[in-house]
Amino acid sequence: MRLGYYPGCSLHATAKEFDLSTRTVCDALGLELVEIEDWNCCGATAAHAISDELAVGLAGRNLALAAQQGLDSVLAPCAACFGRLKHAAKALGSGEADLPAGLDARAAAGVRVHNILDALLNLAGLERIREKSVTPIAGLHPAAYYGCLLVRPPEIAEFDDPENPTSMEQILGAAGAQPAEWYHKLECCGASLAVTNTPSAVRLVADILSHAKAAGADCVAVACPMCQTNLDTRQAAAAARLSEELDLPIVYITELLGLAFGIAPRKLGLGRHIVDATRLTQIAFTPAAEAAASGG
Amino acid sequence: MVRFPRSEGFTTADLGFAHEVEARSGEKVAACYQCAKCTAGCPLAPEMDIAPNQVMRCVQLGLRDAALGASSIWLCTTCTTCTTRCPRDIDLARVMDTLRAMALDSGAQPAEPQTPLFYRIFLGLVRRRGRQNELPLMAAYGIRTRNPFKDLLLGQKMFLKGKLSPIGPKVRDVEQVRRIFEHAEAHRRSRAKGEAKARE
Repeated sequence: MRLGYYPGCSLHATAKEFDLSTRTVCDALGLELVEIEDWNCCGATAAHAISDELAVGLAGRNLALAAQQGLDSVLAPCAACFGRLKHAAKALGSGEADLPAGLDARAAAGVRVHNILDALLNLAGLERIREKSVTPIAGLHPAAYYGCLLVRPPEIAEFDDPENPTSMEQILGAAGAQPAEWYHKLECCGASLAVTNTPSAVRLVADILSHAKAAGADCVAVACPMCQTNLDTRQAAAAARLSEELDLPIVYITELLGLAFGIAPRKLGLGRHIVDATRLTQIAFTPAAEAAASGG
Repeated sequence: MVRFPRSEGFTTADLGFAHEVEARSGEKVAACYQCAKCTAGCPLAPEMDIAPNQVMRCVQLGLRDAALGASSIWLCTTCTTCTTRCPRDIDLARVMDTLRAMALDSGAQPAEPQTPLFYRIFLGLVRRRGRQNELPLMAAYGIRTRNPFKDLLLGQKMFLKGKLSPIGPKVRDVEQVRRIFEHAEAHRRSRAKGEAKARE
């Protein structure tokens, strides 16, 4: 299947490993990604906090470009980009917003936007993920962390259950992992408060990670660069706040799938995290029976 | 307890304010019946000076200064838990967006000035290059808040992991991106004119 690809700014910088692993895993699953030519920043939180027209305009240009380039479906791996692109498609479709001259608002509104979980679950399918998982990650107990924007608000995301989503657990399960049972999968990581009100963000990160730890997780699986950055880079401060050792690698779901598909960790960018994630390879490939016996 | 910024005597209500917020956000704030489900689920409520349901109340009562001057509107991360759970179907996150925009339009000093400053630096970079680059963003924010060393150690670590790049990407048709900014500004100007007329 041919799919437009909107990496967004983070995937070209702080979340390079999300880009690498998404491309590799999608390729293995038969999803052909075509990067939207000359895409721009979606505006993220900054634009919609200041002007709705600006938010729709910045996100909408990317959809208009996709349509122009013959791409009727777009994958936006970053959860924030996904939310902004979908919001723009809706606002342009209902006529409550428009685009400056030279950009076709109607065509933009017709582009379908997928997040990475949606693409894995509904475009590739659990069966194909199971098939491709030649080295199941049976030894891993990831805490599936969705954060906010993959499923909320439900009118925009139109994906999974906004209060108790399970798509990530299903995908991880198909790759052989044994996801942890926990109750903080939708709590906010603090987003850009990590920069502007750091203590507030650290409080939120500490709360999320201590619950992941208590649930017996050995890592946290994410599908959003903002979540990854906050849980990873603010983890030391969170541990200090809790006076508790956390030491939880924060990895993209695509990195874990890549491991299950037998792809080299280097090709997935597994070595690019602040909390070392490469050691997950030492416990990931424990045979399922052994992992279950060890209290999984 | 709602603490109002203007504590001397009675605060005057501005009933036009409620209409303005409803018109700009497209949300029926009047429908709020104060169940406070939004506040119960809000991850930032403990740090806010007035809780989300109190912000809605301030809008209903026409307490312009209390709503636009609240730290709450800048601490909101748009996690949209409130929006998802509101039994009256109010998109509170959208109302918060509207209040932020109105607070900035009013020209008054916001309760958490570093947040809009961050947004402005962020958007300034997008306007010039079409894309964001975290390194100049963090550097500019650090300098403007006179605290350039706050996350320096973290920045170093991220740089060594190849997560930060000094060379920024650029959109080819950056002119088109600039037109999007101008388009939004034109909207804002015509709205401001309309509102001024309505107040007369």
